[in-house]
Amino acid sequence: MNDFDQVALLLLIIVPLVGSLTMMFMPGGDSKESWYFAIFIAAISLVLALFIFARYDYHEGGFQYIASYEWLPGPLDIRLSLGIDGISAPMVLLNGIVLFGGVLVSQTVNHRTRDFFVLLFALSAGVYGVFVARDLFFLFFFYELAVLPMYLLIGVWGSSTDFKTFLRTKEYGAMKLLIFLVGGSILVWIGILALYVEASNMGMGTFSMSGLQLLSENGAFDSKFQTLVFPLFMVGFGVLAGLWPFHTWSPDGHVAAPTAVSMLHAGVLMKLGAYGIIRVGMFLLPEGADAWMPVLITLGTVNVLYGAISAMSQTDLKYIIGYSSVSHMGYVLMGIATLDNIGMGGAVLQMFSHGMMTALMFLLVGSVYQKTHTRDINVLNGLASRMPVNTFFFAIAGLASLGLPGLSGFIAEFMVFTGVFRTYLPLAILAVIGAAITAVYILRLLARTFLGEPDEQWANLTDSSPVELSVGAAFVAVIIFVGVWPDPLMRVINVGVQSIPGV
Amino acid sequence: MTSLSDNLELLTPEFALAGLAFLVFAVDLFLPEGKKIYLGWLSIVGLIGLIVLSLLMLWGEEETLYDGLLAVDDFSLFFKVFFMGMGVFIILSSMDFVEKRLKHQGEFYGLLLFSLLGMNIMAQSRELLTAYIALELLSFSLYVLAAYAKDSDKSNESALKYIIVGAVSSAILLYGVSMVYSTLGVTKFEEIAIGLTAASEVSPALWVGIGLILVGLMFKVSAVPFHMWAPDVYEGAPYPVTAYLAIGSKAAAFALILRLVAEGFVPAAERWEQWQVVFAVLACMTMLVGNLVALAQKNLKRLLAYSSIGHAGFILAGITALSATSDLPSNGVIFYLVGYSITNLVVFAAVIAFFNMTGREMISDLGGLADSQPFMAACLGMGIFSLAGLPIFAGFTMKFYLFTAVASEGYLWLAALAIFSSLISLYYYLQIIRQIYIEPPPPGVNGGTLLDENPALRKAPGFPLLIVLASGAAGTIWLGIYPRPLLEAIEAASRALMG
Repeated sequence: MNDFDQVALLLLIIVPLVGSLTMMFMPGGDSKESWYFAIFIAAISLVLALFIFARYDYHEGGFQYIASYEWLPGPLDIRLSLGIDGISAPMVLLNGIVLFGGVLVSQTVNHRTRDFFVLLFALSAGVYGVFVARDLFFLFFFYELAVLPMYLLIGVWGSSTDFKTFLRTKEYGAMKLLIFLVGGSILVWIGILALYVEASNMGMGTFSMSGLQLLSENGAFDSKFQTLVFPLFMVGFGVLAGLWPFHTWSPDGHVAAPTAVSMLHAGVLMKLGAYGIIRVGMFLLPEGADAWMPVLITLGTVNVLYGAISAMSQTDLKYIIGYSSVSHMGYVLMGIATLDNIGMGGAVLQMFSHGMMTALMFLLVGSVYQKTHTRDINVLNGLASRMPVNTFFFAIAGLASLGLPGLSGFIAEFMVFTGVFRTYLPLAILAVIGAAITAVYILRLLARTFLGEPDEQWANLTDSSPVELSVGAAFVAVIIFVGVWPDPLMRVINVGVQSIPGV
Repeated sequence: MTSLSDNLELLTPEFALAGLAFLVFAVDLFLPEGKKIYLGWLSIVGLIGLIVLSLLMLWGEEETLYDGLLAVDDFSLFFKVFFMGMGVFIILSSMDFVEKRLKHQGEFYGLLLFSLLGMNIMAQSRELLTAYIALELLSFSLYVLAAYAKDSDKSNESALKYIIVGAVSSAILLYGVSMVYSTLGVTKFEEIAIGLTAASEVSPALWVGIGLILVGLMFKVSAVPFHMWAPDVYEGAPYPVTAYLAIGSKAAAFALILRLVAEGFVPAAERWEQWQVVFAVLACMTMLVGNLVALAQKNLKRLLAYSSIGHAGFILAGITALSATSDLPSNGVIFYLVGYSITNLVVFAAVIAFFNMTGREMISDLGGLADSQPFMAACLGMGIFSLAGLPIFAGFTMKFYLFTAVASEGYLWLAALAIFSSLISLYYYLQIIRQIYIEPPPPGVNGGTLLDENPALRKAPGFPLLIVLASGAAGTIWLGIYPRPLLEAIEAASRALMG
C-alpha cells in the first residue's frame, strides 16, 4: 500500500464534492462552460474509480484502501473510516461510468446548467460515500446525501406528462420519491440507533462497522435482537432497491426525471438499497438475515413478476423501463435472499449489469423524447429507419435485459436462477416465468417503437447526437465485454461474496 | 457564608450589558431621527466587546455568587457567549426592518439588550426566584417588542395575547415556587434535589408545586398542550421579533430547564424516573402536534411557529433522557439548541429580507425566488433542508447526535418517534423548497407578477442581512460537516452542568 492508496477513497468522495462546491461559485449559470467543467470532474472521478477497481487485489480479498480519520471522539466515537471489498469495488466502478455518461449526455440541459451539475455531483459524492463508508454514521450521512438532491433535480429539470386520463407532474414525482426514500431511511436510522444501543449495552458503543461486525461474530447480538432489527434494514434499504410494495416511487420518479438523473437513479441509486441490505443487514445481523430470507425472496419474486406484468401493460417508454427496473431489482433481491454464493454473486453482478443496461436504455429513450417530445409507444413507430444506431443500441440493451447469452444480463440472471434453484425451487420457476414476460414486453416495445413503417411525422427525424451515441457505444461495449468475459468482474465479486457471513 | 460583595467582579459582563442598554437609551435621546441606525451598530460593537470580555474573564471559572444563587461556570459562559452572539445577528437582521417600518428605533435595540441580560442571568441562575426574575426581565422586554409595530392591529393583538398568556404562566410558575418552598423550605436547585431524595414519601403539595413550575416553563418553550399562543404571537409580532422569539427566548428557557433538571431533579434518581415519564409524554405530544399542524399552514410565520414547536419536542426528548451517568443527552440538547438557532437564523434572515422587499409573508409568495435572488434562495434552501435534518447541514448532525443520546439512555422508542415526526416535517419543509426553486413568481396586486411589481426584488438585500445570511449558511454547513470544535466547548459546558 503506497501513499496514494491511503487517500484514494477519500479522493473519490472529495472530487465530486469539490466539483460541486467549485461550480456553485462559478459565474455563468446557463453557460456551456459549466458542462465542460462537469465533464472534467466526471472524467477525473471515472479515472479514479477505474484505477481503484483495477488495483483491487482479488487474491488478497477483504477490505482494501483502508483509511480512517478521527471525526468525533468521545462516547459516540465516530470516525470517517473508508474501505472497499469485492462487493463495493464493482459498484464504485459502476458509479464512475454512469456518472461520466450522464454528465456527457447532459449537454441538452440548458436551463440553470450550473446548478444542475452542482446537485448531480453532490448526489454522486453521496453514492460513492455509501459504497466506501465503513462507519454507520457516515454510511447514513452519504445515503441521505445521495437522496436529497433528487428532489430538486427532478422538480426543477424534470418534465410533467399528461397521460390523458391522469397527469403526472414533476412535482408529484419528486415529492413522492423523496418522501418514500426518506421514509425508508428513517427505518435505517432507527436500526442504526438500535445497533448502537445494543453495542453500548455491552460497553462497546460504536458506529464502526468493523467494530460492530466483530461484536456480531462474538455473539453480542442475540438472535431475537437480530430478528427484530433486520427487517428495519431490509425494508428501509429495500425501499430504495424498489422492494415491492414500496416500489411505486420508482417508475413515477423515472418518468419525471431528466435523462442523466434517470440514468443515475436507476443505474446506481437503486443499487444503494440492495448494497445496504448486504453491507449492513447481512454483515452485521446474519442470524436476522437468515430468519427473514424467506420473506425477502418471496417479495423479490413478487417484484420480478409484478414489475414485468406492469411493464407489459404500459405505453410510456419510461414507465416500461421504470417497471422493468423494478422487475430486475427483484432478481437482485432474490439473489441476495438465496444466501448462496452463486446466487449472491449473481445478485451483485446483476446490480452492475442492470446498472449499465438500464442507464443505456434511459439514455436512448431520453434522446428519443428530446427529438419527438413523446414517449408513447402507440404514437412512435418505425424509428429504426430514422435512428438506426439508437435502435441498434436499444436492441442490445433490451436483449441484455431479457437475458440473451453473450450479454451481461445472461450471466447475472443465470447465476441468480442457479442460486434460487438450489434453495427455493418453486420460486425459481416463477422467476424464470418473469424472465419470459420480460422478453414479451421488451420485444413488444422494440416492435412498436422501432420497427415497422415510420409515420409522416417522423419523416425528418435524425439519429441521436454523436455524444449520445458515443456514450451509448461505450455502454454497449461494457455490456458485451461483461457478457463475453465476466471473469475480471466475477473474480472480484466472488471474493467479496465469500466474506459475507452465513453464505 | 460569603458576603454579597465577594466575587462581584465575576458579574462584570452583566453590569456592562445593563450599562450598554442604558447607554443606548441615553444616546437615543440626542441622536436625530434618521441616524438611529447607529444605535444598532453601537449595540453590536458593544455586544462583541462583551463576548470578548466574558471569554477573557470567565474562561475556566468555576465559582458561585450570592451564596450559590448564581453560578459562573462553563455552562453559563457558553450560553452567555451564545446568547450575545445570537443577539448580534438578530440586531443585524432587524436593522433594515426597524429603519423602514418601525418608530422609536432606539428603544428597540435597548429593549433587545435588556432581554439579553435576562437570558444571560437565566443561564446562570441556580435558584427558583432568581430564575423567575431573570425570566420576567426577558419576558417584559419581549412583551414590548412584540407590540412594536404599534400601528398594526396584528402586532397589538399578538402582544396582548402574549402578555396575558405570559402573565398567567408566570403566575403559575410563581405559585409552583411557593408550593415547593412551603413543603421543602428551599428554592435552590441542588437543595430541591436533596429534599426530593431525603423524603421517604413526597408530599402531594410538592408534586403539585413542581408540576406547576414545569407548566410555567412549558408555556415559555411553547410545548404542547401549552403552545396555543405561539402561532398567533409569531404571526403578529414584527418579523425580527418573531425571529428573536423562535431563536433567543426559546433557547434561554431551555437553558434554564436544563439547569433546573440537571441540578434539581436528576440527582434525585428515583424521583427523576417518575418525572421522566411526564417529560416523555410532553415530548411526544409536542413533536407530533407541532409537526402535524404545520402541514396545514399557509403563512410562513405560522409555519415557522409550528416548526419551532416541533423542534421544541425534539429538545424535550433530549431533556427526558438526561441522566446522572452520561453527558450525552445534555451535550445533545445544547448542540441541538445551537444548531437549531443558527439554522433558524438563516431562515429568518432570508424571509425578513424577502419581507423587506415585498411586504409579503405567505409561503406561496416565495415563488420564483431562486431566479430573482439566487443567493438568498440558496441560503433559505440550505436552512430549510437543515431544519428538515438532511446532510450536509447542521440539522443532520444535531438530530443524529440528539437522537442517539436519547436512544442510548433507554428511550429508543422516543428516538424512533422523533425520527418519524422528522419525516412528517419533511413534507412541509419541501413545500417551501418547491416554491423557491420550482414555482413561478406569484401574481402581484396589479395584474403583473410579484417580481414585476416589486423592483426591490431585483436588488440585493441590505448589507447587514447579507452578513447574517452568509455567516449563518457557513455556520450551518460547518456544523453539518465538522462540528467537533463546537462539541468540545459543549462538552465542557455540560461537564460543568452535570458535575
